[in-house]
Amino acid sequence: MTPTTAPPARQPEPGAPPPALRVEGLTVDLTTPTGELRAVDGVGFSVHKGRTLALLGESGCGKSMTAQAVVGLLDPVARVTGGTAHVNGTEVLGLSRSQRARLAGPVLSIVFQDALTAMNPVRTVGAQLAEPFRIHRGLSRRAARERAVELMDGVGIPEPRARARSYPHQFSGGMRQRLLIAMAVALEPDVLIADEPTTALDVTVQAQVMELLADLQARQGMALVLITHDLAVVAEHADEVAVMYAGHVVETGPVTEVFTHPRHPYTRGLLDSVPERAAKGRPLHAVPGSPPELGSIPTGCVFQSRCPLAADVCAAERPRPRPTGPSRAAACHRSEELASD
Amino acid sequence: MLTFLRRRVVSSAIPLVFVVLGVFCLARLTGNPVNLYLPLSATPEQRAEFAAAHGFDQPIVTQLADYLTSLLVLDFGESLRTGQPAAEMVLAAFPATLQLAGVTMLIAIAGAVLLGCAAAYRPNSLADRVASILSMTAASIPDFWFAIMGVLVFGVTLEWLPTSGVSGGPEVWILPIATLLIRPFGVLVQVVRGAMVTALAAPYTKVARSKGASEKRVVFGHALRNAAMPALTVAGDLTIGLVNGAVVVETIFGWPGIGKLMIDSILQRDFAVLQAAVLITALTIFALNILIDVCYALLDSRVRQTVPA
Repeated sequence: MTPTTAPPARQPEPGAPPPALRVEGLTVDLTTPTGELRAVDGVGFSVHKGRTLALLGESGCGKSMTAQAVVGLLDPVARVTGGTAHVNGTEVLGLSRSQRARLAGPVLSIVFQDALTAMNPVRTVGAQLAEPFRIHRGLSRRAARERAVELMDGVGIPEPRARARSYPHQFSGGMRQRLLIAMAVALEPDVLIADEPTTALDVTVQAQVMELLADLQARQGMALVLITHDLAVVAEHADEVAVMYAGHVVETGPVTEVFTHPRHPYTRGLLDSVPERAAKGRPLHAVPGSPPELGSIPTGCVFQSRCPLAADVCAAERPRPRPTGPSRAAACHRSEELASD
Repeated sequence: MLTFLRRRVVSSAIPLVFVVLGVFCLARLTGNPVNLYLPLSATPEQRAEFAAAHGFDQPIVTQLADYLTSLLVLDFGESLRTGQPAAEMVLAAFPATLQLAGVTMLIAIAGAVLLGCAAAYRPNSLADRVASILSMTAASIPDFWFAIMGVLVFGVTLEWLPTSGVSGGPEVWILPIATLLIRPFGVLVQVVRGAMVTALAAPYTKVARSKGASEKRVVFGHALRNAAMPALTVAGDLTIGLVNGAVVVETIFGWPGIGKLMIDSILQRDFAVLQAAVLITALTIFALNILIDVCYALLDSRVRQTVPA
């Protein structure tokens, strides 16, 4: 069986149940030689069963760290210092390591970004794909191996039975990313976080991997958090988007609305930088400057130094996310001015 | 795997030829056995007769040719001193050294894996600092000094342990093993710790945790298998180094192994025994190297594929 091109379900469900994943006020601090730094500050978003939320932002904005904090796999230098994350209504950030381990796989799963190093080089891929079944279902080595072969078949690996005895370095980058995804969805998690699943891949393979994710989502009905810096991926595959900048969520809402009528100057800057949208013969727009260093984030709005609309209030007071429409919000003092554009 | 083995055996045979030639020539530079075995008052006729009886009157090239021909039928010659076949003497001494080296390496590897993993699991913790100081000290202590201090403190002053020999209970093993152990143990702890720190910080470790793997599975099932390779390389090297250590330890503790036999045969210009001892030691080391390569290939499929054709 090979993945089909079935699009993910995009219709909002009537009488919406609680979100599969709801993150509120998530704060992550880093311990560095120069002191404590805040990498993620008060991040919140939520995603429902069968829906896709894109966490969009440039490198270093804290999106990967947000993901790792939610799944409880932060590096030792980083730790969660505030906020909550509810998975199916259960708070997970305060759970012990062994309690989290029980959720890791059947409830909450993650696909890491670097498929080249994310698989253990000295174990066969069959053994690695069988591991979720060994750990959580207590299957025998042989039965788990059978399930691993089925998984490989399900993500479109040719000759899965023979290939299960191969090692990761014997697969191409795209195939390895498929294997990683297969491993993450083995136990049909309720929430899947995909951290830049297509970064290291070329464009055609990227499209195949995204199709695979969409197909799996359609089959298993999981909530998908798609972490990316790729506006095209967001436009094509996500239902909602949360735009991150310097550790903060600056704008959230349905992708179609946010992308057609951005209510945060950073979102608008990003969208204006897309070549397809620019007018022919005019220089391509770019957001001036670069994001602030973690150690020197200003007291007011985090985007003020690069913002064309910056005013006195922006330097004085950090804007809180305010509703800018049905199921939309933006953290900007001047979002109304963007609305009238 | 068989092709892999055959290639390794063939490539090991060439250095072995050089070992044979080297030992044969170097041994003859240590002096003339005729002067050592006959009294100063021996007449020139007696000297000539002794030399002729043992083939020392022949040109060195002829001696070498004779030696090599008899080697082909596994005849290593007889000891000048005892008249016993040299191979028999070497093989009789060999188990004592093998036991000593084997037990030492087992303790070193087991101890280093445990201590190295504990240290790497929480870098910069108290356990890590203790392991670091302990292993650094162990790796730096000269073995002959440690052996002599051991004899002085535990043998002479406290009289807890015998100072030399193999007669007695298990206590005769303590000082020789401790002496041989310190350096390989110290070095291995550092290697295992370093490799484990890298492996535990690797993305695949994070992925293993994301599957809900227990810490035991993460450390031993994922990280240690990767860390095993650098540790294995160093452990193989250290095992070979134990042969050198055995010369010191066996001499100091009167351990009737191959190290002591080598020293004795050099002192007594017992060429046949020396040649046999070195050749058999060299063969063992080559066998050990092949064993290490096989372990390496078993652990990591990438090695199996990169062996040059």
